[in-house]
Amino acid sequence: MGQLAQFLLVVVVFLSFALLGSSSLSGCVGLLAVQGYCLSLLPIFIHRDGFEPRALLLAAGMAVLKGWLVPKVLLHAIREVKIRREVEPLVGYVPSLIVGVAIVGLSVALASRLPIPPGANAGLLVPVSLAVMMMGLFMTVSRLKALTQVIGYLVFENGIYLFGLLISRDMPWLLEMGVLLDVFVAVFVMGIVIHHISRQFDSIHTDRLTQLKE
Amino acid sequence: MELLAIILVPFLAALAALAWPDNESRPRLLPAAAAVHSLLTLRLLINPPLAAPGAWISLDALGLLVLALSSAVFLGCSIYGVEYLRRRQERDNRLFVACYLFMLSASSVVAAGRQLGLMWIAMEATTLSAAPLIHFKRSDRSLEATWKYLIMGGVGVGLALLGAYFLALSASGSAGGAYTLQLDDLLALGPRLTTAWLKGAFIFSLIGYGLKMGLAPLHSWKPDAYGEAPGMAGAALAAVLTGCAFLGLLRVYQVCVAAGQLEFMKSLLIFMGLLSLATAAVFMVSQKDFKRLLAYSSVEHMGLLVLGLGLGGGGLFAALLHFINNGLGKGLLFLTAGNIHRAFGDKTLDRVHGALRRVPVSAALFLIGFIAITGSPPFGLFLSEFLLLKAAVTAGRWGVALAVAGFLGVIFLGMAVAALSVTQGEPPAEPLRPGQGDTILSTMAPGVFALALLVLGLHIPAWLTARLTGAAALLGGTAP
Repeated sequence: MGQLAQFLLVVVVFLSFALLGSSSLSGCVGLLAVQGYCLSLLPIFIHRDGFEPRALLLAAGMAVLKGWLVPKVLLHAIREVKIRREVEPLVGYVPSLIVGVAIVGLSVALASRLPIPPGANAGLLVPVSLAVMMMGLFMTVSRLKALTQVIGYLVFENGIYLFGLLISRDMPWLLEMGVLLDVFVAVFVMGIVIHHISRQFDSIHTDRLTQLKE
Repeated sequence: MELLAIILVPFLAALAALAWPDNESRPRLLPAAAAVHSLLTLRLLINPPLAAPGAWISLDALGLLVLALSSAVFLGCSIYGVEYLRRRQERDNRLFVACYLFMLSASSVVAAGRQLGLMWIAMEATTLSAAPLIHFKRSDRSLEATWKYLIMGGVGVGLALLGAYFLALSASGSAGGAYTLQLDDLLALGPRLTTAWLKGAFIFSLIGYGLKMGLAPLHSWKPDAYGEAPGMAGAALAAVLTGCAFLGLLRVYQVCVAAGQLEFMKSLLIFMGLLSLATAAVFMVSQKDFKRLLAYSSVEHMGLLVLGLGLGGGGLFAALLHFINNGLGKGLLFLTAGNIHRAFGDKTLDRVHGALRRVPVSAALFLIGFIAITGSPPFGLFLSEFLLLKAAVTAGRWGVALAVAGFLGVIFLGMAVAALSVTQGEPPAEPLRPGQGDTILSTMAPGVFALALLVLGLHIPAWLTARLTGAAALLGGTAP
């Protein structure tokens, strides 16, 4: 794995930390977009023979979807609901960052115990993908706003996508496109639901969504 | 050819539904597409297609079972749906009809998918297409249920994808292996798959697909979604969507069995199964809403299914038979519960009494559904639950058998209280609103489901036994 790919992976982790500690919603979407662009460059630089049509196509698809289209949908949703800040996350920002550090440590420990196939040329890929996944999952469960939950879910998806890069060279490209499409549709559907939530509750706090209880 | 048609016909019908201008005649697309789908499925059931090794889309015995159940439940729900959606003219049903048909198409891809990546894509498509079905009532509560379903379902399919990646990695580490998600290739590699990755793949698939099936403790979205969805959507969720997720888990199970990892999976599956039964038992006894009660019943039966997988041997035949029975039972119960809900405008046990007087046919069928789903003779679930217990005893797991019997007893009591309270007694004073009573269309499909359950309880046709045995053999199961 080249220097540039390693550098991009480190940037991706830092962006996840920034997301964990950011209170501004549009700021979060911006960070997510930058993370999307970083991810889109990775298929080109991660394998030695990266400059081939398939990798370039995947990179272009990723850049359009994760860098441009998905953030656009989210920004539209934010404008629609006129809310800028995550008011009170379930877990505060500083504790969230500490959890993030713990997650990175755990990921490195886990990755070193997994038998990565020798030909895979994985480098930092596995620990980074595990860390990004767990941070995304943590964001999804620890935030109360529907939009921040979606952002957390997308970070989680980014982590899974990174893991997929490990095997991407030998997988049919149709699958990669299918996965990307599915994620986009998921965001789209969630965007619509957020729109409904905002119209019905004048807020996108999911703690208002508490009528259904045992 | 038929295989392509069962995927394309509902897909094209879904597109037609999106373009259809008239809200009143649009629902008729549902039974039309479902009937063609069922006829084609029936043909496949009578003349099973030859296996095509290496193909991305090909039906084996397992896929055929899931496809047949999905098709039957969809057909019943579609016929019911024409009447239901006619009564709900004030709501735009464009998205509802289109998503319903799209779900049938995607679930057919899941049933026939031999490429686990393709299967995953279709699985995500079924998950997403169910969201507008849950939100059809456009209330605060249905919105809340949809949101929970989407976030939980999204995380579930994400983890299942991770499981699929692990599976590909386990193939790459073996001698002469390459990254592959083609089922035939994975099965051929068998014991040469890398154990560490394979175990990881199973755990993530169990969590991911378990979330989608609604196994405890991953079931928290289920009562909300099933409680708020219209009856015909609830039936599709409980029979078809869970069936797809179950098949996803079965495929990974199949690979793990081929790799000789059965013992590793057994304890995990039995644990999840017993936990689901226990959770269902606890929450059903105190449940005040009969649609949410059905959701917990689904948790219970999903638990029984994975328990059957965990027992192995004869448990697999029992689990597959139970899968068919439970699907039919859920179709029966959700459709009749929908009728009762509509006739009373309420679904809480405090206020719904005397359904037998108000909607006699639906209430009688609901009562039959209750008797069937709790595993009482002479219905199909009695037989499959008996076979499950027998498998547990044969495997020497007396503790498991006793625990299951105990939980089933508690669940029977919980459901009996609800079913009797709903059907017996005096209905409230205000009269039935016009157009909310029983009609032929609203009771025909549940009636057929009830009849099918009765037939399966009295005598399993030889061809079905053969299909079930064949499917169980794919998973390393033996005849019961």
